[in-house]
Amino acid sequence: MNTILRLQQVGKTYQTGNRPLTVLKDINFSIEAGSTVSIVGPSGSGKTTLLGLCAGLDRATSGTVELHGIELNGLSEDQLASVRNQYIGFIFQNFQLLPTLTALENVMVPLELRGEKNVKPRALDLLDKVGLSERIHHYPTQLSGGEQQRVSLARAFSNRPQILFADEPTGNLDAETSDKVVKLLFELNKEAGTTLVVVTHDLELAAKTQRTIRVKGGNIISDSIQ
Amino acid sequence: MKQKGFNFSWLLQMAWRDSRKNRSRLVLFISSIVLGIAALVAIYSLGDNLRQNIDEQAATLIGADLALTGNKAVEGPVKQWVDSLGIARSEERSFASMILFPKNGGNRLAQIKAIQGAFPYYGTFETTPIEAGQSFRNKREALVDENLMLQYQVQVGDSIKVGEVTFAIAGALQKAPGQTGLSSTVAPTVYIPLSFLEQTGLLQKGSRITYKYYIHFAPGTDTEVLVKKLEPRIENADLDYKTIQGQKEETGKSFRDLTRFLTLVGFVALLLGCIGVASAIHIYIREKLNSIAILRCLGVNAAQAFFIYLIQIIGIGIIGSILGAILGVTIQQFLPIIIKDFLPLSLTTDISWLSIIQGLSIGVLISILFSLPPLLSIRNVSPLHVLRSSGFDVKPERDPVTWFLYGLIVLFVFGFLFLQTKTWGEAAIFTAGIIAAFGILYLTAWVLMSLTRRFFPESWSYLWRQGLANLFRPNNQTAILIVSIGLGTALISTMLFTQNTLLTRINLSTSGNQPNLVLFDIQTGQKEAVLSLAKAQNIPVNQRVAIVNMRLEALNGKRANDIKKDTSDKQSARIFSREYRVTFQDSLTKSEKIVAGKWIGTYKNDGSLIPISMEDAYAERNKIALGDTLTFNVQGTMMSTQVASLREVNWSQVQTNFLVVFPTGVLEEAPQFHVMLTHVPDAATSAKFQQAVVSQFPNISIIDLGLVLKVLDELFNKIGFVVRFMAGFSILTGLIVLIASVLISKYQRLQESVLLRTLGASRLQIFTITALEYFFLGALAAFTGILLAFAGSWALAVYSFESPFEPKIGPVAILFVLVSSLTVIIGLINSRGILSQPPLEVLRREA
Repeated sequence: MNTILRLQQVGKTYQTGNRPLTVLKDINFSIEAGSTVSIVGPSGSGKTTLLGLCAGLDRATSGTVELHGIELNGLSEDQLASVRNQYIGFIFQNFQLLPTLTALENVMVPLELRGEKNVKPRALDLLDKVGLSERIHHYPTQLSGGEQQRVSLARAFSNRPQILFADEPTGNLDAETSDKVVKLLFELNKEAGTTLVVVTHDLELAAKTQRTIRVKGGNIISDSIQ
Repeated sequence: MKQKGFNFSWLLQMAWRDSRKNRSRLVLFISSIVLGIAALVAIYSLGDNLRQNIDEQAATLIGADLALTGNKAVEGPVKQWVDSLGIARSEERSFASMILFPKNGGNRLAQIKAIQGAFPYYGTFETTPIEAGQSFRNKREALVDENLMLQYQVQVGDSIKVGEVTFAIAGALQKAPGQTGLSSTVAPTVYIPLSFLEQTGLLQKGSRITYKYYIHFAPGTDTEVLVKKLEPRIENADLDYKTIQGQKEETGKSFRDLTRFLTLVGFVALLLGCIGVASAIHIYIREKLNSIAILRCLGVNAAQAFFIYLIQIIGIGIIGSILGAILGVTIQQFLPIIIKDFLPLSLTTDISWLSIIQGLSIGVLISILFSLPPLLSIRNVSPLHVLRSSGFDVKPERDPVTWFLYGLIVLFVFGFLFLQTKTWGEAAIFTAGIIAAFGILYLTAWVLMSLTRRFFPESWSYLWRQGLANLFRPNNQTAILIVSIGLGTALISTMLFTQNTLLTRINLSTSGNQPNLVLFDIQTGQKEAVLSLAKAQNIPVNQRVAIVNMRLEALNGKRANDIKKDTSDKQSARIFSREYRVTFQDSLTKSEKIVAGKWIGTYKNDGSLIPISMEDAYAERNKIALGDTLTFNVQGTMMSTQVASLREVNWSQVQTNFLVVFPTGVLEEAPQFHVMLTHVPDAATSAKFQQAVVSQFPNISIIDLGLVLKVLDELFNKIGFVVRFMAGFSILTGLIVLIASVLISKYQRLQESVLLRTLGASRLQIFTITALEYFFLGALAAFTGILLAFAGSWALAVYSFESPFEPKIGPVAILFVLVSSLTVIIGLINSRGILSQPPLEVLRREA
């Protein structure tokens, strides 16, 4: 199996006023392509910061992050954007759909960004898979939380990402809707063969992944395979 | 890691999609520039139409192909030569004189024009009845200014007395070539046939008469070439001349100045709007941060994100400019009504496509330019914002490119002004002036706001404190609103203050026992009779002055021709062509002060040069120094004089003042006329006395300061209307910025209001807080404007008009209340959504 993501001696320190605040220290791990991994830990443990570094949303203060063989540290903001568009899919706790775009348009955007033509059928297909074929022309505010997260799922898979990062994907949903979304996430992931990295403090969700990395106080305290 | 292609059509599509829910808001932002663009398009179109109208109507402004003007009648060979010019000629003699309406005894000073010949050769006298413009010429009839007839309630067929002759009024004069509504307010015109002038008895020595000869050349004559050839003879005859082309250039120039001034005022309104747009866009982008961060997450690069929003701005810039152009064309249709009193020609209102294109280009360019600084912050939006939004802020001022953009904006302002003024220096001064004006307004606003914060009235009730504190809410637009509304208020207040200063000054000069009636052109033989008439009516004569008319023949031995020939001589030959009105006195008056040399009050008649005193400013302008010798021609007698002293003269006093003063002992026997200054206690006495003087001595002219006051008041009202109209653009722009800012911050206000209502605040309480907030805003803005106007008007009064500054607070107080209430009303209308809905409904909608 190929390594899709590799972190070596990664650290992250923020400057708060005059005092440095170290959020992550000496993080090392690799993730194989096609695997499913969860990063768990209590609030303030640094897991979201870690996700941001893995996905090229932020830069490490020290160490290297390598995604699909590309070292992210040396890239400009625009090059990082291109990496995200080519290889990465996202799912966020608060859905993060563009409020001025319909469900269909939200799903089409990553494909359009790549300059692909005739993207509508794929977007329609994905929306059909997440069970929203009747609501494609609705705006995010016209959809329920569960529906918004399903649009978000369709969008995440639309650009056929190599790796998909999900930040607390069920954090804003009720138990019943959560189950449906999680089921859908894993089904779509399996079908696409995408690497899945989920940040969560929901241990039930974490248990569904093949591997769990536990973070506490900015350190990895355990890395276990189920 | 290169992004695939820069897909412009996708950017367009995204810009369209992203703007979907904000279009009405975007149009509202841009509406701040609509008025500025409208003003520019209207004024440009006015300029275009004026240029065209002047080209077409220049001939009717002058009424002939060539007009020769002099201050003495042409005689001898010169007359023969003038009579040989062209295919037709007309002669006109004009002067100020009293007129009397025997019907009701009404009298006032008017401009008498005695005309002979078929003038005008281009255009017509517009009269009621129409034929009066021609028919009066051969009879004992007059054409009388329509307003004058209305004022004195006389009709066609009634009579008017000019000097010794009573004319029948043939018609009411609405318009004569080259005449504006304004000139008829200042000096209403009465046309009489030249053949009756002699009989009026007004052609006596001392009368200041202008002689005009209108020449009509054969069709096809190249007047310019011909006049070039005639020029030396015209100058030798001491005449000025004007051709249609000359008239065209002169009129064009004065209206270029007018449209330039209006353009500058319009441009200031546009700049205000642009600052409003810039701050609105800044807030818009803040609200879009999350969307931008999501797009960045999905792989949109900084440039693409930037362009998605720039395209939106360009789009609304175009819409705003089109709306502005449409409004501008509409306003243009009304401009002739506003400025008709200043125009000597009839103004067309054709649509000027060039002006529309200019307005559109400026609108789009300026909306992009002013939106760029806030738009640039998009480049710095991190995708990390989607994970955590706290601690994130856009700080465009830290971006060096922003400073570069500010430089570009200043350059644009300079470039625009350079295109208007065509001189680097003026453009630089105007640019600096605009920056300074905005700076001072902003600074005043800032100081007022800081003071309010510093001395925050903690003891006030909660509602008042909350209303006041809202001015300092994050993302507030208080400063820009104070600047824009304040600027408009400042313009109007300055006008009110200055009007008041000037009127007070004249009032002051006529109060107490100061003279308020000036009688001039009194012949020596009439002097005693006029004095006894005044005495009989118990009217005191404050001052009596004898005036002798003379011309300058030589300065330091050089005559006009010597100076004209000597090109190295910087002396202007103009000093020889004017007529000098000179008095003689043995001592200085209250308004005179010697600043150089020695005052000599009496001439010893010892054959030495006569010691004269000259006004210092006139001497300086004309390069005449102490000790220079001047030879005057006193109606045929040559008198050699020497400048013995230079005097500073306070011209603002109501009394006779002179450029040249002779000592006593020289001019006593010279032909002279007299001026008397009197004080009449009230209008009725004044009318009675004037009527008595005019009916007994028709040649005597009277300046009634009461009338001058009335004329000035009328003039101010006319100018004031134009100023108010232009200042209105600035105030309206301010109010639109206000509407935009209220709507922009609506979300924030909704949350606050919902929170307050959840905590139990009543509708009335929220209404009070909102109303108070806008009252404070409007009051601060109006106060800032009035404060600035106060300082500016004080400086104008003290340094320019040299008059005490006694501001009338009444009208300004009304303006203050008006601006404040308008702000409150507009603020409340736009906030009504916040007030009228139950909290839950709002929460649900905004979720």
